[in-house]
Amino acid sequence: MKKEISSSRLGTTRRTLLKGLAALPAAMVLASSSYAADVNTTGLAVTDDTVKVGILHSITGTMAISETGSVQAEKLAIQQINDMGGVLGRKIEYIQEDGASDWPTFAEKSKKLLVNDKVAAVFGCWTSASRKAALPVFEQYNGMLFYPTFYEGLEQSPNVIYTGQEATQQILKGIDWAKETKGAKKFFLLGSDYIWPRTSNKIARKHIEKLGLKVVGEEYYPLGHTQFNSVINKIKLKKPDVIFTTVVGGSNVAFYKQLKAAGIDLTKEKPLVLTLSVTEDEILGIGGENVDGLYASMKYFQSLPNDNNKKFVAEFKKMWGEKSVIGDVTQAAYLGPWIWKAAVEKAGSFDVDAIKKTLPGIELTTAPEGYVKVHPNHHLWSKSRIGHAKADGTFDVVYESKDLIEPNPFPKGYQ
Amino acid sequence: MFADYTWAELGSIFAMQGFAGLILFSVLLLMALGLAIIFGQMGVINMAHGEFMILGAYITYLTSNLFSTYLPDLFGIYFFIAMIFAFIGTFLLGSLVEWTLIRHLYKRPLDTLLATWGLSLILQQLYRTVFGPREVGVTLPDWMMGSYAVSDSIEIPVNGMIVMVITLVITIGVFLFLQKSRRGKQSRAVVLNRAMAGAVGIDTARVDRFTFALGCGIAGIAGATFTMIGSTGPTSGQLYIVDTFLVVVFGGAASLLGTIASAFSISQAQSIMEFFMSGSMAKVLTLLTVIVILMLRPQGLFSLKVRR
Repeated sequence: MKKEISSSRLGTTRRTLLKGLAALPAAMVLASSSYAADVNTTGLAVTDDTVKVGILHSITGTMAISETGSVQAEKLAIQQINDMGGVLGRKIEYIQEDGASDWPTFAEKSKKLLVNDKVAAVFGCWTSASRKAALPVFEQYNGMLFYPTFYEGLEQSPNVIYTGQEATQQILKGIDWAKETKGAKKFFLLGSDYIWPRTSNKIARKHIEKLGLKVVGEEYYPLGHTQFNSVINKIKLKKPDVIFTTVVGGSNVAFYKQLKAAGIDLTKEKPLVLTLSVTEDEILGIGGENVDGLYASMKYFQSLPNDNNKKFVAEFKKMWGEKSVIGDVTQAAYLGPWIWKAAVEKAGSFDVDAIKKTLPGIELTTAPEGYVKVHPNHHLWSKSRIGHAKADGTFDVVYESKDLIEPNPFPKGYQ
Repeated sequence: MFADYTWAELGSIFAMQGFAGLILFSVLLLMALGLAIIFGQMGVINMAHGEFMILGAYITYLTSNLFSTYLPDLFGIYFFIAMIFAFIGTFLLGSLVEWTLIRHLYKRPLDTLLATWGLSLILQQLYRTVFGPREVGVTLPDWMMGSYAVSDSIEIPVNGMIVMVITLVITIGVFLFLQKSRRGKQSRAVVLNRAMAGAVGIDTARVDRFTFALGCGIAGIAGATFTMIGSTGPTSGQLYIVDTFLVVVFGGAASLLGTIASAFSISQAQSIMEFFMSGSMAKVLTLLTVIVILMLRPQGLFSLKVRR
């Protein structure tokens, strides 16, 4: 393969020795190049002028709807980094694998990327289930995963950087805001029936009760449920001030269409609907006219008015088309390659053990969401924001926390 | 749980809840009608039923774009034209599938399960390639969204009423077709005894193709209708397939009346239980009840007495 590149830097005796070890993967041979060896002591796929990374998302199956944006953002970041000269003078080459919305496939492809391809880092996974499936592989083979989705917390691995928000960052300020700005007293919690909504609502309920407010209902519906008329009637009976929802996927479309059809006008805010799970991406499928007046609590909205974001949105649209939209997770996925680049350059090495030491404390001042910083627990310090949806499918940011919120994946008193 | 409410409030909630049950009934019935013909009449286990529905939904989406671009004045009524297009589109695809795939498998009904499941995967990926992996938003005319206020506290969803009317019309249509029309009688004859039907001069191949395509066409109409209440994406069809089979099997595969009775009992049980307990629990109890009844009555609620 690329033996010529490295052999020029090798002594004759070592070359003979290497011929005898022809069974070793090419990457191992490359690793013994004296120059590349300085930045790579563990046999990763790094040459004098390239470094390989993996992208692992679902491009087929049910999750493709959500994960496409993340793939686009990661490719954009990689391209921009390459245009700036790459990482430690090396261009990034990505190997893309399809998780196919199937959790064991994520584990299998992770192993392929780490063991066969020797990638220096992987940007991927979306659902918690896929992350949980891939996690043992990353820990066993000491890989580094950059995970973009907001999620339920209760996890911290030395081999994962969580670039989305964990549950407390997303929830607590949202509820405080509803209480202080909107005078909300009664909350109705509604979610799809799996770990993220249940954990999120557990935290939400504890926080609501701590504030001396009331939870008047908590309901879960199976993933993919499409009939919400009964629960809407129940909501009408309980008269909450806020419907706090963590409904996901196709169910979202059904829920908002039926809410509107049942005469609950979101713009009247009676009740107000506050969601953790509807980003600009989801609105494409729901239809802007059906979520006009919805509030969403997350860290990023496409309409954020800072300069970093304007540049990011413009370049994203240039690469992926004028009609493309950017949701919270897409932005978080975009951060992954940049954080990795900063950590590698600070360590002066691609070695996973080396960047594990430099990752905590890495700052990005160029993040579209504003300033972010990696916490020693491998999550990001980030702001909480509330967006108010408009009929054209975008959000107005109506609230932004003053300070960065500390990530706290194992919140005491909320479990 | 009702102590804090006045009688008037309770009355209106129960009225709306009763209506919610009726809407669910219409939705289940409309989903199941196409399959009742294909699975019930022909014995083909059509796992791609959901994908035929979604094709109908995508045709509605295309029609809505067409109207909003070229005929904005007629946008208010595009939906009904979209339904006709959806029927024609899925009917044609149904004929094609029957001709290329299903007709080779009539003697091996269990294999239709695998073949149509493969077909469903192919169609999903096709939708993903053509329309993109994201769900598309189907814009509806304003008059079809929103609610109709019967009194101060009773509000009836307009789209729910439309679904009910469509279901009623289609059900009566299918019933009349199967019982009265020449084609319908022929298709029943072919199902009951293929060799004999052939012997008396019925072109069984043509009848099969027509019946299968008709079932697909009705699935297409159902899909178009569900753009009012649900999502339209490459894999949205999967959301409906389990419920659809549940209704048809529970009702007794070969009986249209059984399908109606089964849709009614499942929807009422589901919506009443959903009101008093959580959604997941209601679903569990509904499924358990169905399993118990099917253990006692494996042939379903209604079944034809046939000498085998």
